[in-house]
Amino acid sequence: MKRRDFLFKGLGAGILAGSGVSMNGFSRLMGNPAAPEDGDIDLVAIKGTSPADMFDEGIDAYGGISKFVKPGQSVVVKPNIGWDAVPERAANTNPELIGRIVKRCYEAGASSVSVFDNTCDEWKKCYENSGIESEVNDAGGTIIPGNSESYYKDVKVGEGKTLTETKVHELILNSDVFINVPVLKSHSSAKLTIAMKNLMGVVWDRRWWHKNDLHQCIADYTTFRKPDLNIVDAYRVMKRNGPRGVSNEDVILLDSMVISTDIVAADAAATKLFGLEPEDIPYIVIADEMGIGTMDLSKLNIKRIKM
Amino acid sequence: MNFRVLKKARVVISLIFFLLITFIFIDFTNAFSGSNIRSVLYFQFIPSLISFIGLATIAASGFILIALLSLVFGRIYCSSLCPLGTLQDIIHWSKQKFGRKKVPKKQKPFSFVRYSILLLSVLLVLLGLITPLLFLDPYSNYGRIIANLFRPVFLLLNNLGALTLESMDIYTLYRVEPGITNLFSILFSIALFFLITWLSVKYARLFCNTLCPVGTLLGLLSRISVFKISLDKSVCTSCGKCSAVCKAGCIDVKSREVAFDRCVGCLNCLTACPTNGVVFGYKKTNQQEVIKPFDPQRRNLLAGALVVGSSLAASPLMAASQMGGDKRCKSPQDVIKNYPVSPPGAVSLDHFNDACTACHLCVSACPTHVIKPSLLEYGLAGIMQPRLNYHTNYCNFDCVVCSEVCPTGALRPLSLEEKHVLQLGKVKFIKHNCIVYIKETDCGACSEHCPTKAVKMRPYKKKLFLPIVEPNICVGCGACEYACPTDPKSIFVDGNPVHLIAEKPIIEELEQPDTTEDFPF
Repeated sequence: MKRRDFLFKGLGAGILAGSGVSMNGFSRLMGNPAAPEDGDIDLVAIKGTSPADMFDEGIDAYGGISKFVKPGQSVVVKPNIGWDAVPERAANTNPELIGRIVKRCYEAGASSVSVFDNTCDEWKKCYENSGIESEVNDAGGTIIPGNSESYYKDVKVGEGKTLTETKVHELILNSDVFINVPVLKSHSSAKLTIAMKNLMGVVWDRRWWHKNDLHQCIADYTTFRKPDLNIVDAYRVMKRNGPRGVSNEDVILLDSMVISTDIVAADAAATKLFGLEPEDIPYIVIADEMGIGTMDLSKLNIKRIKM
Repeated sequence: MNFRVLKKARVVISLIFFLLITFIFIDFTNAFSGSNIRSVLYFQFIPSLISFIGLATIAASGFILIALLSLVFGRIYCSSLCPLGTLQDIIHWSKQKFGRKKVPKKQKPFSFVRYSILLLSVLLVLLGLITPLLFLDPYSNYGRIIANLFRPVFLLLNNLGALTLESMDIYTLYRVEPGITNLFSILFSIALFFLITWLSVKYARLFCNTLCPVGTLLGLLSRISVFKISLDKSVCTSCGKCSAVCKAGCIDVKSREVAFDRCVGCLNCLTACPTNGVVFGYKKTNQQEVIKPFDPQRRNLLAGALVVGSSLAASPLMAASQMGGDKRCKSPQDVIKNYPVSPPGAVSLDHFNDACTACHLCVSACPTHVIKPSLLEYGLAGIMQPRLNYHTNYCNFDCVVCSEVCPTGALRPLSLEEKHVLQLGKVKFIKHNCIVYIKETDCGACSEHCPTKAVKMRPYKKKLFLPIVEPNICVGCGACEYACPTDPKSIFVDGNPVHLIAEKPIIEELEQPDTTEDFPF
């Protein structure tokens, strides 16, 4: 009983929270095509030498974590924990960054902060060797498995063109706040994996996406439940051989981070950091055309911070 | 000597080994290290023997100790160390405790059967066919019973526990997908389990004195053992209390003789005798009365040899089926695997097929559950020996668990460095099945998962990317095959009949960027 109640309440709150943010972005887009001088910030880009400190600096510029996490709310943090690899390989999101985010969410009054990924490699090894499990535990968060199909529930993706239904991890459905924390990497299938691509880790059947126009599916899924906040880890960046990487030699130090509520803008900015153009990445173009967000960074109010 | 204490000690020791072995087959968390697991299995006769033949190391000397112990005390392995023996004891005990109490039915020696089986096993194994042991090794049979029948139940209970705790927001347990191993292996385990249950309910330990080649072999040794169980004719009243509790039915009360080669060392008789007439002690073997009752068995031994001789003629047939049995996948398209992929450490199909008794320990221990029992991939003679099934999952690049736990040496221990360049098979790409070719949309799932980038993506048509393979640096982990979304697969690993060393990927240095530059937007 308790579980079902929780699910319905969470789902309601989730839809409310999700639509709130997307409405906000939408109105801003329609009303203010040119970059506003002093209005709300759309995107924060940070350069620094510590991912955790970059987050603190960036989120303050964005108005603080309490703008996104209200007291009593449940939070789900979705890093990229796809691979059985140590942090130096940059195959997964930086663990200290995840630990800091969990900590800040609790400071903002979150009732619970959960972290999970539907990993590619064996999930226990990924959770452990990425360093994320221990950081989350140290920060008081809950690390939750994503390894069993039974955690995933059928959902309809109403606005999807190709992807119209899929199975989503119950945490995404149950949590009040959804924070997406991808790592910027080269990617053999999608060219780059950033914020939108990271959401492939909240669904069960990824093969179907690969089989049915991957780029369109990536864009489609975003219409189901946009993250309330996207934090792109571009501190260590896998420049080639992604998303798994072969060795430490695939990694460069980019010392950067992008924070945005607009998932398409976050991907566009990170793409430029990587050295490519958003137009080169098909799913970013599709998402922009579908009105999911904006890839034209000149239209956005960007705060740039060098630490 | 206090026989009660001795009997209790036997029960305790047998339960300790039984529980430890059961645990390593049920455990899905890799709680025990490989060396701990091999220590637990040190005394398992057949694995130790095979391992010794293959490696001749001290680590594989357990069977020698067992043989020596048998020469001194009789069948200690059967009484205390064999998990299948203890399983039969538990079933028999439960029946006596909770069911109708019944004196076990009298067992005949079945000498013809047991000596035939032993000789056949020995000769076939000497000829390089391990098949008899696949079906008859008691340890391996026990392993399969646990892996196929009890492990799924345990996982189900774990998952129920995990669900209950999760509803209270506790995530200490986690759900595990049980995953079917292989239908034949399961059916065989079910059949054997029922046979064992029926035999142990009715006759206690008849299996050990008929079908089990280890029991028969150790029985031969215990014929000449220093210490034996015998009836003290000066005090024995032929009351029959000892034979009523005997699990092997090897006490003849009328003649007051004990056929010690069939004694499984349960020690029940010692505590049952009201006159202390059952003695466990030094006994000369060259006494006439000991040998005489076995005369008919000698004849059987010879007859058994004849049967074996004739059936050996059939063995080349089995061997032929093994060689010709390489699986050809019968999918409508062109996925043709010339060889199955044997687990890391298998060295070669020849080495692996000769040494694996299909105990399923690697199947249970594999963190990704990619190791599954085979059906006919290795041919009929290697049925149930495990292979990597890339439809289930793929072999984790940084994992050597299977090679560490194998008790027979069929899988030799590997270091991570060795594993990283060990080529289990080679990648093959079928362009005509590939999504990128058929639908002209991007996919690249194969290349995504490849740990060495033996599968790369090359520009194709307008803005697409098509896989291109470099088999030299492929380690054959099967990640590409598993991830491939097409049916039949567009990319797969064909097993290497002899595991090879893969070339290391060439790594060029990357230029580190100047991070003090301004943002590019």
